[in-house]
Amino acid sequence: MEPVIAIRGLSKRYAGGHQALSDVDLDIARGEIFALLGPNGAGKTTLISIVCGIVTPTTGTVSADGFDIGRQYRQARSRIGLVPQELHTDSFETVWATVTFSRGLFGCPPDPAHVEKVLKDLSLWEKRKARIMELSGGMKRRVMIAKALSHEPEILFLDEPTAGVDVELRRDMWALVRRLRDSGVTIILTTHYIEEAEEMADRVGVISKGRLIVVDEKTALMKKLGRKTLTLNLAEPMRALPAALSDWALTLKADGNELEYEFDANAERTGVPSLLRRMSDEGIAFKDLHTRQSSLEDIFVSLVHSGEGA
Amino acid sequence: MSVPAFNRFGVWAIYRFEMARALRTLWQSVVTPVITTSLYFVVFGGAIGSRMHDVGGVPYGAFIVPGLIMLSLFTQSLFNASFGIFFPKFTGTIYEVLSAPVSPFEIVMGYVGAAATKSVILGLIILATAALFVPMTILHPLWMAAFLVLIALAFSLFGFIIGIWGKNFEQIQFIPMLIVTPLTFLGGAFYSTDMLPQPWRTVTLFNPVVYLVSGFRWSFYGKGDVAVGVSLAATVGFLALCLVAIAWIFRTGYRLKT
Ligand SMILES: Nc1ncnc2c1ncn2[C@@H]1O[C@H](COP(=O)(O)OP(=O)(O)OP(=O)(O)O)[C@@H](O)[C@H]1O
Ligand SMILES: [Mg+2]
Repeated sequence: MEPVIAIRGLSKRYAGGHQALSDVDLDIARGEIFALLGPNGAGKTTLISIVCGIVTPTTGTVSADGFDIGRQYRQARSRIGLVPQELHTDSFETVWATVTFSRGLFGCPPDPAHVEKVLKDLSLWEKRKARIMELSGGMKRRVMIAKALSHEPEILFLDEPTAGVDVELRRDMWALVRRLRDSGVTIILTTHYIEEAEEMADRVGVISKGRLIVVDEKTALMKKLGRKTLTLNLAEPMRALPAALSDWALTLKADGNELEYEFDANAERTGVPSLLRRMSDEGIAFKDLHTRQSSLEDIFVSLVHSGEGA
Repeated sequence: MSVPAFNRFGVWAIYRFEMARALRTLWQSVVTPVITTSLYFVVFGGAIGSRMHDVGGVPYGAFIVPGLIMLSLFTQSLFNASFGIFFPKFTGTIYEVLSAPVSPFEIVMGYVGAAATKSVILGLIILATAALFVPMTILHPLWMAAFLVLIALAFSLFGFIIGIWGKNFEQIQFIPMLIVTPLTFLGGAFYSTDMLPQPWRTVTLFNPVVYLVSGFRWSFYGKGDVAVGVSLAATVGFLALCLVAIAWIFRTGYRLKT
């Protein structure tokens, strides 16, 4: 299927000489939730800003729904909604007026019923007559989302949508994003909360120093790079690791009550069966065992660090 | 999804937004100029004007009306249009306009159209206020309206350029205060250039404002410092110059996009 966003050879060097993006290629599939991860200053916002027409690329091309963002900007932009990272709002406007403004700006005829639906979806209906400056930070962020949804975009960019949003509201927002996806909207979000990407994304891209270092299915990424940890709760605490187990990279934890073994889940030989056999041979009993898959966060940290090493 | 070649809803959204901004500050937008104009008439029309000769057969109080309107039209057009575009740049809300399917021309239509509308309305309010103080005739009302609209548009375009160029509030105020107001005072707003001795009369002809004020005054009293055709050419020329500058700004993304 043709990608809904196609980015080719995209680079951006800011006027000050800073290379914010280097030769980025990326396809976003229609209807997916794509999470863009990366440390501060990696170039996430720059990438989004270029696709949305706010920043001009130095080289490279981008198309949205098959339309070039430069030459066919009207078609491209009318399909895109953007919730920027910073809260830029017209303080003196009412919630209703600012959302209605956005809809018009994007070329849509007035539709109070749609604006009402968006405001209700975002729990802003009660606040529709309030001036934006009278709202809390979390409400303002929802107003930004309402503005972005006012023109019924097919593609939605969320640049750190849940920064500064409380836990409950974050869950509401995740639910909203899923509903949008279910209605066919493609969503590209950036976040510093790895659990957010883990919870929601179909695919994950990791960007570091302007380079896209990994793009993969979230589950594949976790499988491919995932390490598992086996924890054994010992029947008798151990003071030191016995020499008989020195072939395995083990650590003693919890005052000698737990034995931990980290291994590559995808390896031909994980070393787990042989370890368990050796332990029974040695008469080391355990009460319980469990394994844990490393999180996206662990993967992310190791990726960014190996990127730095290169 | 079909996307029309002209985003009229977008232009209308910007226009309405800008007009609503003025309505929120209706007090400053209307009352201030009315009071200022009234003061001019009390001082120049009443106190000083009663001791002045007629200018070319027009009583001094009536003579200064077109110049007064022009002075307000210049400064308000510049102010409205420059702040209209500077403010979203300053607060960051410009991101939305830049990411919307509106062409540069449509953006200019929205912002400049609203700024020009506001200053034309203001010009008419000043005219009505003036009519309370001095008896007036308008010999060529259609020409008067044409000059009013064209000059409001030209200065609103100029203001839009200043708003894009300006990096802070001081720079935005710099041009109206330090250039346009002096040029207007020296440009025959309150006197006829005939009243100046040489060489100042000739020097004055290098002041573009002279041509604008002269044309506007001609539409009232049938007399100007220069022929009305020259005034019209100057007005249209200034308008065209501003349009070219704006086209260049958008083509290069000058100070709008990084
Ligand atoms: N307008 C600008 N002019 C010059 N440099 C810029 C500009 N905007 C961003 N940069 C630089 O480009 C780099 C990437 O910035 P960007 O905002 O894209 O990062 P980010 O990944 O979104 O970071 P964060 O997680 O902090 O939001 C940074 O080094 C930043 O300093
Ligand atoms: Mg960012």
